[in-house]
Amino acid sequence: MTLNEALPLAVLASSLLPGLVIFALPEHWVGTRTTLNLFGAFAKLALVGLLLAGVSAGENYGFRHEVLPGLELVFKADALALLFMTLSTVLWLFTTLYAIGYLEGAPHRSRFFGFFSLCVTATMGIAMAGNLFTFFVFYELLTLATFPLVVHRGTPQAMKGGTVYLAYTLGGGALLLTGIVWLYGLTGAADFAHGGYLAVLGSEKAGQLQWVFFLLIAGVGVKTALVPLHGWLPQAMVAPAPVSALLHAVAVVKAGAFGVVRIVYEVYGVEFAQSLDLLAPLAVAAAITIVWGSFRALFQDDLKKRLAYSTVSQVSYIVLGVALFGPIGTIGGLVHLVHQGIMKITLFFCAGNYAEALGIHKVSEINGAGRRMPLTTAAFTIAALGMMGVPLTAGAVSKAWLMDGARAADMGWVTGVLWTSSVFNAAYFLPILWRAWMRPAPAVWPEEHIPAKGRRETAWLLLLPPLITAAAVLVAGVFAEAGWSPLSWAELIAGREYLR
Amino acid sequence: MTDAFLDPLPWLIVLPLAWAAMAFLMGAGRGARLAIVALAMQLFLALILATQVLESGPVTHVVGGWGAPLGIDLLADGLSVAMLLLTQAVALPLAVYAQAYFSREAGQFWPLAGFLLAALNALFLSADLFNLYVTLELLSLAAVGLVALGGKPAQVAAALRYLLVSLTASGAYLMGVALIYGVYGTVSIATLAPLMGSAPPMALWLSAGLMLTGLLAKTALFPFHFWLPPAHGGAAAPVSALLSALVVKASFYLVLRLALDVFPNLTALVAPGLGLLGAAAILYGSWRALRTHHIKRLVAWSTVAQLGYLFLVFPLLAPDGLALQAGVVQAIAHGLAKAAMFAAVGVLMLATGRDTLEGLAGVAHRVPLTLFAFGLAGVTLMGLPPSAGFLAKWLLIDAALSHGQWGWVAVVIGGGLLAAAYVFKVLRQAFLLAPEDSRFQPVPRSMEWAAFVLAAASVVLGLRGVELMALLAQGAP
Amino acid sequence: MTSGLVFALAGVLLFVLGLGGVVMLSHALRRILAFNLMGSGAFLVLVGLAQRDGGVDPVPQAMVLTGIVVAVAATALALALVRRLHGAHRDD
Repeated sequence: MTLNEALPLAVLASSLLPGLVIFALPEHWVGTRTTLNLFGAFAKLALVGLLLAGVSAGENYGFRHEVLPGLELVFKADALALLFMTLSTVLWLFTTLYAIGYLEGAPHRSRFFGFFSLCVTATMGIAMAGNLFTFFVFYELLTLATFPLVVHRGTPQAMKGGTVYLAYTLGGGALLLTGIVWLYGLTGAADFAHGGYLAVLGSEKAGQLQWVFFLLIAGVGVKTALVPLHGWLPQAMVAPAPVSALLHAVAVVKAGAFGVVRIVYEVYGVEFAQSLDLLAPLAVAAAITIVWGSFRALFQDDLKKRLAYSTVSQVSYIVLGVALFGPIGTIGGLVHLVHQGIMKITLFFCAGNYAEALGIHKVSEINGAGRRMPLTTAAFTIAALGMMGVPLTAGAVSKAWLMDGARAADMGWVTGVLWTSSVFNAAYFLPILWRAWMRPAPAVWPEEHIPAKGRRETAWLLLLPPLITAAAVLVAGVFAEAGWSPLSWAELIAGREYLR
Repeated sequence: MTDAFLDPLPWLIVLPLAWAAMAFLMGAGRGARLAIVALAMQLFLALILATQVLESGPVTHVVGGWGAPLGIDLLADGLSVAMLLLTQAVALPLAVYAQAYFSREAGQFWPLAGFLLAALNALFLSADLFNLYVTLELLSLAAVGLVALGGKPAQVAAALRYLLVSLTASGAYLMGVALIYGVYGTVSIATLAPLMGSAPPMALWLSAGLMLTGLLAKTALFPFHFWLPPAHGGAAAPVSALLSALVVKASFYLVLRLALDVFPNLTALVAPGLGLLGAAAILYGSWRALRTHHIKRLVAWSTVAQLGYLFLVFPLLAPDGLALQAGVVQAIAHGLAKAAMFAAVGVLMLATGRDTLEGLAGVAHRVPLTLFAFGLAGVTLMGLPPSAGFLAKWLLIDAALSHGQWGWVAVVIGGGLLAAAYVFKVLRQAFLLAPEDSRFQPVPRSMEWAAFVLAAASVVLGLRGVELMALLAQGAP
Repeated sequence: MTSGLVFALAGVLLFVLGLGGVVMLSHALRRILAFNLMGSGAFLVLVGLAQRDGGVDPVPQAMVLTGIVVAVAATALALALVRRLHGAHRDD
């Protein structure tokens, strides 16, 4: 096995092996567990860094293993895979740190971190999947690995959320499987390829290919939370805060959106998809999701539920970017994959901090939290402004590219959708900010836990991750044109898709 | 002579007979260690046989040098070797499990298990219809004895019911064999295969009908499933595991042999009916599994459902062999996974001291390894990747789509979702917080690990489908 | 009609009678007897049909001998189970 074959496997192993060891660790071995977690996270970061350098220099990384004659597990660390991998790896590190702080003293931590690691392994597999079969394998693995995290608290409410989550995701998996086997029947085994591999079938099979597209998109659409397949996401917010961060920013919804990207660009090919009239319906579905998600977010008093509906809306920006025929929209969608991740993870970290330190779970309880927890609230504010698309934040960059993409694709109505969504975003985020900063604090917080060392607003491990990711929101916005920014990487990928 | 002596074929039958007899002579409850050592050797022999078959095709052994028709020939092709491997691979971890499970109250478990395995191995190696009848009967007798092992009235009643169904079914099979002998003057599968013309005589129809019906009853295909849940759901955990994983597969193997080698034309006629019965089994079995509150019954009903998949193969049989491979992979995947699941349930019942779903709250952190094993086995039953059960489903869907038969696709996918519903019904309960007053018994680690090894095998096999397919291709029609 | 065919037809009759008995009777002992009837029917068919050419074919004779041994063993097990069940009910 060459080094270029071994590296993708090493990326998987860097979270899989620590995860398996962690399962076996006794509950009270906190030090060993933390060391393993961080070792895995940093090892993965280093490996991904190595891959990034290699791919920029034009190296190819891949590994194949045949499981049945003609059916192969294929891993391929290409530019698009690395966009997702870098995002997940970096955010996984912060989420791990956050989770270590968040779960301090809580029961069943070995189980939690074991599945946490499996979850990231599955995400890496999804990112590096080189064909639909491999994608499906890890997509289902992700479902299985996240279920124990969603129901982690073991309360009847958690069970209900977990059951809804399973029903949706396994159902989506079934649709996806049907579509994939159908497609294998039509094309035989085929790897993802720039520009897709279906165009050779021509328009004779158009009817079948349209059905397959519907099945595939419905399959990944469940995790992407496309309306009307989004019902699980607000229910799953019963999970602990680090898990929500994982679901919303690192793994699950991102895996779905990433699947849409792969299917449109590297299975169908964007031009062939356009010729089959598949992109316009996809854009409409995304637009409906964007508007409906932000509309529903307006009426949620539960903070995490409001954020969940916001995710429903924001993730479809990525889908919308994919559905806009043309390189500019593509760049907007791809860069939002990263930007939404860092913004949303910040928001969930902060929501977790409010709940941990002050027992705040509702928007109506947040009055005056800005004075009591200025750093957390500052991070929250930056991320929320980013979500609205305020200039100099990451969100503004994605929105600008999406709007330009819409105009370039002659889909002017999309700009209207984006403006509507921005207005709704402001309408559900600004009241939170206003309450937190401007309204007086209540005499008693719902459930105040005074941190051990008095002066800080909460533990360092809970505070640092949101501060860093909030800073990243600003950096990605201000230095969008820099060579190392997510935007530049997205431009590189879009170039490879369109300028073949 | 030395060649025949080193041949693994006869040893796979002689060895279990020998340790069964020795265990019997050693007295009730003894013989566990002997069985484990011998089973390790059997697994080794089966692996040697597999490499031989992979390298040089099917292997024949003429017992005692007599030769057919008066003597007995043993034949190992890819299909039989795959089943032999499954048998030994399931039996070895279960023996380790049973040693701890029974501690001192094994009764006649070891001799009976030995005879059961000897009968299974002989069945997979038999090359003529009458010999198959004898091995089938021996298998039933050993299996019935195992069900009745605990001696509780419910177990004895289940055993008696099982025995009567089994005897009637074998009787029908025997009548079929008699008719075939009457028509063709031979019962050797290899000799019969070329004699089957496209217009078979009436007697052959009758014979095929009798043999098939008998075997379906033994495989517990819906609507002949009624004897299975009490027998498998009521027996001791290692017994349920052996029965669900291996014994019902033996009669399915026989159906497959008959369909492929003896009655290809006749099978094509009844194939849609078999498929429909299979679909009914999947739906009904899963529904009953969802309704029950008794964990072991749940697993037993799941067996009824999973056996249904095996019969979806028949309407899709085609020269491409996809469906046949799907059937064998499903049989193997289910064998490993169901053995793991019954073993895991046995641990859960010992740990909680209860046999209902409600009693499971909190086991997720008391016996996590066992629950993990249950979950992995569940992954195989649901047909999720990367398990062997997934390969089976992939092959089935592929076969159905290549025939343009969407109905079977819906059954396979729907069956997977139903399996998810009953598997997660157990897992959900396990993740709930335990009530304050619940007590947990410590469980031997060897039992937990045995269940885990079986479950892990059912998943890891999913990554090694190529080797399995190469094996199955040896001697396939 | 040759004697072989007569045997075979008698065998079929016995088999059907036995099968009917196993399926329809409820008393365990009767069902076990009915099973034996079924078995005898099958043996008769085996021996009867094999006599077509006038000569005696040793193969079915060997089979029937084996079959009888198996049937005796099965009957013994069935009777043992019935006794056990009966004993358990009497204890209650």
